Amino acid sequence: MSGVEIDVKYVAHLARINLTAAEEQKLSAQLGKILGYIEKLKELDVSNVEPTAHAFPLVNITRADEVRPSLSNEDALRNAPGKANGLFIVPKIVE
Amino acid sequence: MLNQSTISDLATKLAKRETSSREVTQSCLDQIARVDGQIHAFISHDDVDALAQADAADKRLAAGERGPLLGVPIAIKDVLAVKDQPLNCCSKILGKFTSPYDATVIEKLKAAGAVVFGRLNMDEFAMGSSTENSAFGTTRNPWALDRIPGGSSGGSAAAVAADQCIASLGSDTGGSIRQPAALCGCVGLKPTYGRVSRYGLVAFASSLDQIGPFTKDVRDSAILLETLSGHDKRDSSSVPQPVPNYAAALDGNVKGLKLGLPKEYMIGGLDSEVKAAVDAAVKQLEKLGAEIVEISLPHTDYAVATYYIIATAEASANLARFDGIRYGARVDGADPIELYGNTRGQGFGPEVKRRIILGTYVLSSGYYDAYYLRAQKVRTLIRQDFLKAFEKVDAIVTPTTPTAAFKIGEKSDDPLQMYLSDIFTISCNLAGIPGLSLPCGFTKSPKLPIGLQLLGKPFGEEMLLKIAHAYEQSTPFHKEKAPL
Repeated sequence: MSGVEIDVKYVAHLARINLTAAEEQKLSAQLGKILGYIEKLKELDVSNVEPTAHAFPLVNITRADEVRPSLSNEDALRNAPGKANGLFIVPKIVE
Repeated sequence: MLNQSTISDLATKLAKRETSSREVTQSCLDQIARVDGQIHAFISHDDVDALAQADAADKRLAAGERGPLLGVPIAIKDVLAVKDQPLNCCSKILGKFTSPYDATVIEKLKAAGAVVFGRLNMDEFAMGSSTENSAFGTTRNPWALDRIPGGSSGGSAAAVAADQCIASLGSDTGGSIRQPAALCGCVGLKPTYGRVSRYGLVAFASSLDQIGPFTKDVRDSAILLETLSGHDKRDSSSVPQPVPNYAAALDGNVKGLKLGLPKEYMIGGLDSEVKAAVDAAVKQLEKLGAEIVEISLPHTDYAVATYYIIATAEASANLARFDGIRYGARVDGADPIELYGNTRGQGFGPEVKRRIILGTYVLSSGYYDAYYLRAQKVRTLIRQDFLKAFEKVDAIVTPTTPTAAFKIGEKSDDPLQMYLSDIFTISCNLAGIPGLSLPCGFTKSPKLPIGLQLLGKPFGEEMLLKIAHAYEQSTPFHKEKAPL
């Protein structure tokens, strides 16, 4: 099983996960090995195969555009790590 | 002891008023107090609330109401929303989260009068095969406390095996119901994709996830499945297909049914005692009148690789919502990007990080076609293997797992080896078909349960339950209890 190189630091940034240097090193080795195993899919000829996204694709599942009961403001905020005046508190985005 | 009862036993006793829901619920809570210090199937349970639900059920019973689940205590995997109860997915990142609403399956159980209680241990965000990835500690197998109960729904399986509840709910994305059911010696059913609403199930891989029951016998599985099933407009992937009376299918007759044995499943890595138990089960089914046919599922060897692309890709998108802004734990940062990175870096455990990063990688620019699109095409081939096989057979019979329960710590440092332990259960999710595991024997020393897996046609749960029931009723394995 051949290993595959992966830039863990960059991909972790895309995933918005801050890793320690030790985690980066460990993950790099583990993911390389897993990706090496996944390479076996290249053995198959899939040129004439349609992809499957869902086992039972249902299309155009819509509902009437009507107002229905939903979570109250209080319930929507009940698990918020920071809240005030019925809103989420977040770090400053605009200077 | 009442806590050892099945759902169908209890329905009779409760209907005759020979016992009460309060007595049954209390006997489950007593068993938890007695054994859960060793097993750790539950991460929490609200006894006051459970007994209040039991009293409410007793009032309905006293008023003459009857129902198969009325007053029956059912415990819940920590991935399903139960209004005002904690929901952690056994992760640190959800902090002190409590659910603002009920999952559809919970609404259905409550409407049926079940006592919905407890938060059952699992691998963090259902990612794992052993519960060792839980941020709340590992669950131990009731049959051997130095062994894993399987996963990700390890708590759900252990709690049923240890009679800490009458039945439980779990979720299955690549085997997370069937594998722990096999390793703990209970009946676990993963329904057809779309059979049961996923509304209120915290999403791991949306095209693979299904909720299903853990029970002490096949009849209970049929009873519980009927309540859980049905179309739900809040889950656009749930299928508008009528729900049959599953218990009515349990007629004990498998004469003339064709059962397929996939030759690809009887290969290296399969433990000799597991193989012997499955061979004996196949002989038993033959004795009951079924016809055994060798079949081929030629793309079996590609299932694990396909799964770990599709499941991680979907997980990387689904778990983006855990960002420290709207709910759960937050680790501050100077700006939102730093806050996300800190929160997710410290909130997620190692396996979840591994899978999100793998999923992000296979979806990232330049790799999408090589990994994700290719995996979706191989998924088509795997699904076609099954549909082709089902032109010839009524169901497929396999081992559920290649080995009985392994030791705690044995595979936790080697993620790939852990992934390969799901080799027999993963294809079923990729194909979207139903799968059921039931006990078919034990290893000698130590004595550990072995599971038989039945795979069926899409929406063929009745057939699976019928075959499983006929087999179970002709064998003694489901009556054995873990030595606690």
